[in-house]
Amino acid sequence: MGRYTENPKAVADLFQGHRVHRDVYINNEIYNIEMKHLFANAWVFVGHESQTPNKGDYFATQVADQPVVQVRHSDGDIYVLRNRCPHKGTKIVIDRSGNTGKFFRCPYHAWSFKTNGNLLAIPLKKGYQDTGFSDSENSKGMPGVGAVKNYRGFIFCRLAEQGISFEDFFGDSLSSLDNMVDRSPEGRLEVVGPPLRYLHYCNWKMLVENQTDTCHPMVAHESSAGTAMKLWDEVTDKDTPLPPAMEIIAPFMSPYEFFEEMGIRTWPNGHGHTGVHHSIHSKYSEIPGYKESLAKTYGTEKAEEILAENRHNTVYFPNIMIKGPIQQLRVFIPLAADKCIVESYIYRLVGAPEELTARTAMYNRMINAPTSIVGHDDLEMYERAQEGLHADGMEWVNIQRLYEEDEDFSKEAVENGTTERQMRNQFDAWVKFITMSMKQEDAS
Amino acid sequence: MSITKETLIDFLYDEARMLDEGRFDEWLALWLPDGHYWMPLDYQQTDPINTTSLMYEDLFMLKLRVERLNGARTFSQKPKSRCHHVLQRPFVDEMNAEAGRFVTTTFMHYVETRLDEQQLLALTARHELALVDGRLRIANKRVDIVNCDAAFRNIQLLP
Repeated sequence: MGRYTENPKAVADLFQGHRVHRDVYINNEIYNIEMKHLFANAWVFVGHESQTPNKGDYFATQVADQPVVQVRHSDGDIYVLRNRCPHKGTKIVIDRSGNTGKFFRCPYHAWSFKTNGNLLAIPLKKGYQDTGFSDSENSKGMPGVGAVKNYRGFIFCRLAEQGISFEDFFGDSLSSLDNMVDRSPEGRLEVVGPPLRYLHYCNWKMLVENQTDTCHPMVAHESSAGTAMKLWDEVTDKDTPLPPAMEIIAPFMSPYEFFEEMGIRTWPNGHGHTGVHHSIHSKYSEIPGYKESLAKTYGTEKAEEILAENRHNTVYFPNIMIKGPIQQLRVFIPLAADKCIVESYIYRLVGAPEELTARTAMYNRMINAPTSIVGHDDLEMYERAQEGLHADGMEWVNIQRLYEEDEDFSKEAVENGTTERQMRNQFDAWVKFITMSMKQEDAS
Repeated sequence: MSITKETLIDFLYDEARMLDEGRFDEWLALWLPDGHYWMPLDYQQTDPINTTSLMYEDLFMLKLRVERLNGARTFSQKPKSRCHHVLQRPFVDEMNAEAGRFVTTTFMHYVETRLDEQQLLALTARHELALVDGRLRIANKRVDIVNCDAAFRNIQLLP
């Protein structure tokens, strides 16, 4: 046992309001506690219902370090099961997606399971007669998770059997997901293609924090966005309207005032977003016919209200970010203290012009691909930090920008867009959900 | 200039050498103005526009990519990456001398390295070439990575 495993106080002490200890990023014991406690107690993103539209459709993924499978059962509901055979542990689903028909069948010994996980059959079952097998947990089938919620097509789960409800966990932060889905004239999204998958040798939380870090774009991305603007000026005169690619990349070079004035909103339990008043997505040109089709569904006033919301990045604690205005979702999957994968999904607004999907696909590849000239510099910053944090003589990371003493994260707040309050909000929630189920070491 | 199979093959080898030696201005000059460099994300992907690709770049974006590599504040290129292509003999799939249109398929291994890391990608490059004003040019290029569905580290140069 190490310093932290049965010591919730020591874990809680790693966050001190304006600073956070480096162990949250580089310590393997903390990483293991995160997997066991933080990701068990929080509501974590699994997938989208359109990835499993028909009965028997499945999608294999992971929730933190847990291999799971999202599957559409014969009753039409989506289940989230642990992807292991109760017999020897073999992963039942090996490929990433497909249709299993009415049941899963383990490829090792042909144990089979209904698509809600219940055991269906075992070959030569008489071999288990009078062995006590039927009393064992292994006889029940593929284990499920604590709770599953389908919120407007997005599937979340809580691994822990007991804990906070979905509604209490997310509260008013669901307004960002609502806005993203409302942008479809039919109120429905569909996943488009596979996600980008981008491997980083750094702690997963660095990527989450970066989503509301508004003081880095004009610095870290000067090489891409700044060069783009310089090149564009060279090849065109000033009045040429920006093509979609320039509309996407140019706002990264906006001055500090732009980001200060855009605002940051934080909600309880670690959720928050940049772009309260405007964002880098505000000035995208209109797609002909879109507004009209939205007005047909909602009426002009409500349609305009939906489109006026241009939230930049919404972080859903612990590990996803969505961009409502372009229907993108990024999930930051931890693999080790110093290793994570980010998967970047895009969605189609059902009933809206396909040009919107084209812009979203362009954003995804330009900004978030392993081949992205923007992503390259982000990765460079994270990995330099992962290495730099090992420097002794200074053990704390500073998150003090626009800090106020005794900040209360239990209430929604809107502040200057360059505050690091959302990072502090995430660590406040981190302490809450990681220590929630930790046991205090026996004092004797 | 009359185009033979050998002219096409020489062109492809020259292109790979330009990339490996970082002669990007020469490489950009190979392109026709409305060409696209496409690197699909999905196996056998057919649509570059309405679904995510790793790259789908016009000449402006390619210029930006190349210009950035030499920027004073291009932090991910300090130090710089280096790359290396190993080509199999290209297949000439289409040879229409009259229209000045040629299509080739080239299997290759691509190595990119920076600091202590080196990655190897197996690629299939499909070139659409055109003869314009007596010069062979790249009309379009599609690069499929064999393990396109894998999680990648940075790919910073041009496979």
